[in-house]
Amino acid sequence: MGPPPRARTAFLGACAITASTERTAVASDVAVDLSGITKRFPGVVANSDVNISVRRGEVHAIVGENGAGKSTLMKILYGMQRPDEGTITVDGKPVVFHTPADAISAGIGMVHQHFMLADNFTVLENVVLGAEPRRAVFGLDSGAARKRILEISHSYGLDIDPDALVENLGVGDRQRVEILKVLYRGARILILDEPTAVLVPQEVDELFANLRDLKAEGLTVIFISHKLDEVLSVADSITVLRRGTTVAAVDPKKVSARELAQLMVGSELPVPGLHESTVTDQPELTVEGLTVSSADGRAVVENVSFVIHRGEILGIAGVEGNGQAELVEAIMGIRPVEGGRLRLGDTDITAWPTRQRREAGVAYIPEDRQRHGLLLESPLWENRALGHQTRPPNIKGLFIDRAGARRDCERIVNEYDVRTPSIDVPASALSGGNQQKLIVGREMSDQPGVLIAAHPTRGVDVGAQAAIWEQLRAARSSGLAVLLISADLDELIGMSDTLRVLLRGRLVATADPQTVTPQELGSAMTGAEADTPEPDATGTRR
Amino acid sequence: MTRRLTLDRFLLALAAPVLALVFAALISALVLLSSGASPVFTFRSMVDFGIKPDQLVNTVNQATTYYLAALAVAIGFRMNLFNIGVDGQYRLAALLAAYVGGVVSLPAPLHVGLIFLVAALVGAAWASIAAVLKVWRGVSEVISTIMLNAVATALGAFLLNPKRLAVSVTGSNNIGTKPIGASGQVPGIPFPGTDGQIFGLVFLAALAGVGYYFLINRTRFGFDLRATGMSAPAAVASGVSVRRMILLTMLISGGVAGLIGMPQLLGSSYTYSLDFPAGLGFAGIGIALLGRNNPIGIAFGALLFGFLDQSSQILDLNNIPKEIVLIMQGTIVLSVVVAYEVVRRVRLRQQQREVGAELTVGQPQGAPA
Amino acid sequence: MTASGTDFQRPISTSLRGRVDALRVTPARILLLVAGLIVLLAAVRAYTGADDVTSSGTVRAALQTAVPIARAGLGGLWAERAGVVNIGLEGMMILGTWFGAWAGYQWGPWTGVIVGVLGGALGGLLHAVATVSFGVDHIVSGVAINLLAPGLTRYLSVIVFTGKQGGGATQSPQVRDIGTVTVPGLSDWLGTVERHHWFVGSDLAGIVRGLCTGLSLLTIVCVLLVPISFFVLWRTAFGLRLRSCGESPTAAESLGVNVYRMKYAAVIASGALAGLGGVFLSEVASSIYREGQTGGRGFIGLAAMIFGNWRPGGLAAGAGLFGYADALQLRQSGAVHALLLFVGLLLLALAARNLLRQRWIGALLGFVSGAAFLLWFALSDKVPEQFVTATPYITTLVVLAAAAQRLRMPAADGLPYRRGQAK
Repeated sequence: MGPPPRARTAFLGACAITASTERTAVASDVAVDLSGITKRFPGVVANSDVNISVRRGEVHAIVGENGAGKSTLMKILYGMQRPDEGTITVDGKPVVFHTPADAISAGIGMVHQHFMLADNFTVLENVVLGAEPRRAVFGLDSGAARKRILEISHSYGLDIDPDALVENLGVGDRQRVEILKVLYRGARILILDEPTAVLVPQEVDELFANLRDLKAEGLTVIFISHKLDEVLSVADSITVLRRGTTVAAVDPKKVSARELAQLMVGSELPVPGLHESTVTDQPELTVEGLTVSSADGRAVVENVSFVIHRGEILGIAGVEGNGQAELVEAIMGIRPVEGGRLRLGDTDITAWPTRQRREAGVAYIPEDRQRHGLLLESPLWENRALGHQTRPPNIKGLFIDRAGARRDCERIVNEYDVRTPSIDVPASALSGGNQQKLIVGREMSDQPGVLIAAHPTRGVDVGAQAAIWEQLRAARSSGLAVLLISADLDELIGMSDTLRVLLRGRLVATADPQTVTPQELGSAMTGAEADTPEPDATGTRR
Repeated sequence: MTRRLTLDRFLLALAAPVLALVFAALISALVLLSSGASPVFTFRSMVDFGIKPDQLVNTVNQATTYYLAALAVAIGFRMNLFNIGVDGQYRLAALLAAYVGGVVSLPAPLHVGLIFLVAALVGAAWASIAAVLKVWRGVSEVISTIMLNAVATALGAFLLNPKRLAVSVTGSNNIGTKPIGASGQVPGIPFPGTDGQIFGLVFLAALAGVGYYFLINRTRFGFDLRATGMSAPAAVASGVSVRRMILLTMLISGGVAGLIGMPQLLGSSYTYSLDFPAGLGFAGIGIALLGRNNPIGIAFGALLFGFLDQSSQILDLNNIPKEIVLIMQGTIVLSVVVAYEVVRRVRLRQQQREVGAELTVGQPQGAPA
Repeated sequence: MTASGTDFQRPISTSLRGRVDALRVTPARILLLVAGLIVLLAAVRAYTGADDVTSSGTVRAALQTAVPIARAGLGGLWAERAGVVNIGLEGMMILGTWFGAWAGYQWGPWTGVIVGVLGGALGGLLHAVATVSFGVDHIVSGVAINLLAPGLTRYLSVIVFTGKQGGGATQSPQVRDIGTVTVPGLSDWLGTVERHHWFVGSDLAGIVRGLCTGLSLLTIVCVLLVPISFFVLWRTAFGLRLRSCGESPTAAESLGVNVYRMKYAAVIASGALAGLGGVFLSEVASSIYREGQTGGRGFIGLAAMIFGNWRPGGLAAGAGLFGYADALQLRQSGAVHALLLFVGLLLLALAARNLLRQRWIGALLGFVSGAAFLLWFALSDKVPEQFVTATPYITTLVVLAAAAQRLRMPAADGLPYRRGQAK
C-alpha cells in the first residue's frame, strides 16, 4: 500500500530529537501550531511537550498507537480540555480555548470518533445546534437552516436529508452529518479523530475523496489515526506521537509503513495471524435459524445459522449496526430470540438464561468493556468474580469466597500481565489495555468451551493487542471455539479460520480468510458487490 | 495497598459526614440567628436536655424504628432501586399486623411471630405492586411507590374505621385497632435513672443490621445485588437476571419495611391508632443516605436523628421553635450527599494517581522535554 | 425516569409493529377522541341524572385543580427536557405556597406571585447546585429537597405567622383575592343552555361555561404557560439547546453549548414553575397557606408529565384528567358514582378496540375490568370517599402500566454529566 521506502529520512530510534528539527514551515502558512503542550491527568501524563506544526491546506496526520495521547491532544486543540503547559497558535495568532465555542469561532471543527449526535433530533437540529439562525430575536429559523444545509450538502456531495431523524441513519451517514456540522460552522481547520475506525475500505476511499475536495477548497485537515496504510495514502505530512509526546515529524513520501511503525511503537506492529489449523469436526456452538427483533418489531438478526467447531475461530464481518451486537446478546441470553435454536455441543440452550449458559462454559468478552464487562468502582478481585459469581474459586456455597477470588485474581494478574499495583484498586484506575487483559484472563479461566469475543482488541495498546491475540491462539489450539466480531478487518482476516459476512441482520456471504482481501470483504459488508445476487451465497469473489 | 492508605481512606470516608454535620450546624445557626435566637444557647439546651436518662431512652427507641426504616430503604439503594414507598408499606403493614395481633390470642412466641409474619408479608405484598409494575411494565419505581404511598394512606383511612378494623380508644375520640394482648407484647429493658424502658425489639433492629451486612457483603445474592447497583448492563452480561433481582430486592425491602412499626406497636402502643407515627419512611431515606447504606453508618445516623428529635422537645419551652430540627435534618441530608459525591471524586482521582505513580516507577517515561 | 436507575435492556419479545402507528397523534385524532369522550359523558349524565358530571361548576373546579398539577408537570418538563429528573417538585411547590402567602398577605397577591415563584426557583437552584455542579444523584437530591422544604416552611411559619390574625404554626393569615374575569354575555347564555339538560348540547355548554366563568387572572397566566413552554422549548434556539442537554449533553458540549448553564436555567425555571403552582394553591385555590396544602400535587404533576410523554400538550391532558377526578369528588359524590359507569363503558370500548386489533390479552383485561366497573356501578349507590381520594394515584398507576413502554423520555434524562468527560 504505502510508497516504497526511498531515502531514510526519519530517525528510527526511540529518541525524539528529530521532532523539532523538521519543523521548517514558515509561520505565515502555518494554520495550527502546537508548542510545548503538556496535559496531566491524575496518575498519567497524557501529553508531555507536544510540538506540532500544521501547514494551511494540507492533510496532516497524527499517528500513534492507542493510548499515545492523540485524542487528548485533539481535545485540547478543540477546547474540550485545557493544557497545563504550552501554547496554541492558529493562523499566526496565539489563542487560549476555554470551551469548544472558542475553538469553533477560531475556525476549528472536529469530527469525533464517537459520534456526537442526538439520536432523537433531526439532522437539521443536530447541525444547527449552537449556531442557530435566528428569526425575530429568538425564534429558530428552520427555513434558512434547511436551505444552507442543502447547499453545503450538494456542494460537497454529502447527500444528506436535513429532516431525517438521526437514529434512522447508518454509520456512514452519521459521519457525513458530523462533517456537515463542521462545515456549517464555516470551519477552515478540520480535525478528524480516527474517522476510519468504523468504515469499510470503500467508505474510507469515499471519505478520502471528500478530504481531497476539502483540501482543494483550501481547508486544513488534521487526521488522527493508527492505521498506517491509510495515513500514508492520504496525508501530506505526518507527526508521530508516542507515550504522549511527539517523537518525529516525517514526510509520507519518504517513509515506509515499517519505519512508521518503528517510530510509533519502537518495534514492528504485531500481526494478527494463525498457525496451522486446529479446527476439528466436533461442533461446539451451533446456531440455527436465529432471529432477533428490536423493540419496534424489526428483525435485526434474521435467520442466521452457523456452526463453530472445537478449535475454530469464526469471524463475523459487518459494518457496525448490522446486527452483530444483537447476535452476540442473543447467544449470551441477554436478548430474547424470536426464532431459531442454539446448541452447545449436543445440548439445546435456547431457553437457558445467561447464567446457565455461562456456567456451561460460554465465555464473553463484551464490546463495551467499561459498560458491560466491569464494575468500574469495584476492586479488581471483585471484577474477577463478575460473571463467575456462582462458581469456585469465587464462592463457597451461598457465600462469596473472598480469599479464593483474591488468589485467583492474583493468578490472572500475573499470567496475563495486568499492570496494576494491587488487586484492591478499582478497575477504573487501570488503562484500557490492562482492563481488557483482566477481562480476557477472567473469561479464559474455568476452561470455557466457547468464547464470544466482540472487538477484543478495540482501543488497547499494541502490547495488549499482541498478548490478547496470543491468548486467542493458545486457547484455540487447546480446543476453544471462538466467535470473533471485529471492525478491524486485518484482525478479522488474520485471526479467523472461517469468515462470514453479516449485512442487515443476515449472513450474506462466506469468505476464505486465506485469500480474501479487505477490499473484497468491504464490498460484501456494504452489499455493494454486484455478483452476490443471492443472500447466503457462498464464496467471495477472488 | 499499604495500611497507611487504608487509614487515609477511612479518614476521607469520615470527612464527608463530619463536614456535612458542621455545615448543617452552621446553616441552622444562621437560621436561628436570623430569627433572633442564640445558636449557642439553643444547642446547649438541646444537649443538656437530650442526655437526661428519659430522653436517652426515647432516643434509642426512636433510633430503633429509624434504623429499620433506613435498612429497608438501603437494601433498595444498594442496587439503585428507589423504594420511596417504605412509608406506605410500613403503615399498611402495622395496621394489619396490629389488627391481627388484636383479634387472635396465642402463646407468647407464636403470637409475636404471627404479628411479625403478617407485618412482613403485608409490607412485601404492597412493595410487590411496584416491583411487578417495574419488571413487567417498565414503570419507574420512583413514581409508582410515590403513588402507592398515597393509595396506602387512602386505604388505611378506609380500613381504620369503626365499621371495619377499628374500635374507639377508651377515654378519647381517637380510634384504633383492638389492643394486642399481653402474649403479643414484647417487654422493654429497664434503664437506670428513669421509668422509661428501651424497646425489647432493639435486638430485632441489631439483628436486621447484622443480617443486612452479611446478605449484602458476603453472599452471592449480595454480590449480584451490588453488581446490579453499580452497573446494570455489566450485571446482565455476568448472568444476573435483573428482573428477578428487582422482584426479590423489592420484596425484601418491603418485608423489612413491614417491621418498622413493630418496636412501637409491640413495645409501647399495642394498637394502631390515628396517631401512630407517620413519615418514618421518609426519615429512613434521609438516614440511609446519611449512613451511606452502611449498617454501622446507618446506626449512627438513626441515633443522631433520634437524638435531634428528642432533645428538641425542650426548645418550645424556651420560645424557640423546635422545628429548627427539621431544618437541621434536611440540611444534613442534602449536604451529606453532596459531601459524599465530592469525597468519591477526590478518592477516585487519588487512586488513579497512586496507580499511575506505582506503575511508572522503573519504567521509561515519554521522551524528555 | 429513574435517575441512575437500573437501565437494563427490557426484553420485549412480542412484535410491537402496530404500536408505532397507534402512537401517531394527529389533530384530527385528538378532536375525534375528545368528541367521543364528551358524547359518552353526556350519555352517562343523561342516564344517571348526575348533572355534575358535566356541569360548569365541576369544570371550573377541575380547571382549578388541574392548574397546579399542570404547573408542576411543566416544571418537570423543563427540568427533564434538559436531562435533570426533578422529584423535588413537591418541595419546590411547598416553598411556592409558603412564600406566596407570606408575601401575599403583606404586600398584595401579585407580589405574592412573584415571591412565591422566587421561592420555588430557590428550591430549583438548590437542586441544580446538587445535581449539576456536584453530580449528586437526581432522585437523592430531590428527596432531600422534599425533606427540607416542609421543615423550613414549618419553622418559618412558627416564627412569622404565629400571633398574626388567622395565622399559626401551620397556616398563614388571609391573602386578598387576586381577581377574576368572566366572559360577559357568553357565560349567561351558556348558563341558560346548560340548565335545559339537553343531551350533548347542555354538556358542551357546561364545559365551555366552566372554562370562561369566574376565571382567576392567575389561572389565565398559568394556562397560557403551556403553549408558551411549547414555543420556547421547541421553536427557539434556546429551547433547542436546552433539549439537546437532555438528549446528548456531550454533543451539545462539543458544539459550544454551555451545558451547565442550560441545565441551571432549566432546573431553576422548573422550580419557578412549581413555585407558581404553589402560589396558585395558596392564593387562588384557597386564600391562605396551610401545611400539607400541596398534598402530593408535585408528584402527580410529574406523573402527568410522564403520562403526556414529556410533551406540553400531553401533560396538560394528563393534568386535566387528574383535575377532573379531583373536582368531581369535591362537587358531589353521586357524580363519582356515575363515573363508574363512564369508566366501565370506556374500558369496554378499549377492549373492543383491542379485540379488533387481535390483542387478546388486552381485550380480555379490558372486558373483565370493564365488567367489574359496571357491576360495581349497578350494585352500589356510593363510592367511599377514600377511594375517590386515591383516584388520581390509581389512575396514574394504571396509565403508566398500560403506556410506560411506549413513552419516550429524553435520552440522557437523569444521567450524570460532567464537563470534559466525553470520550
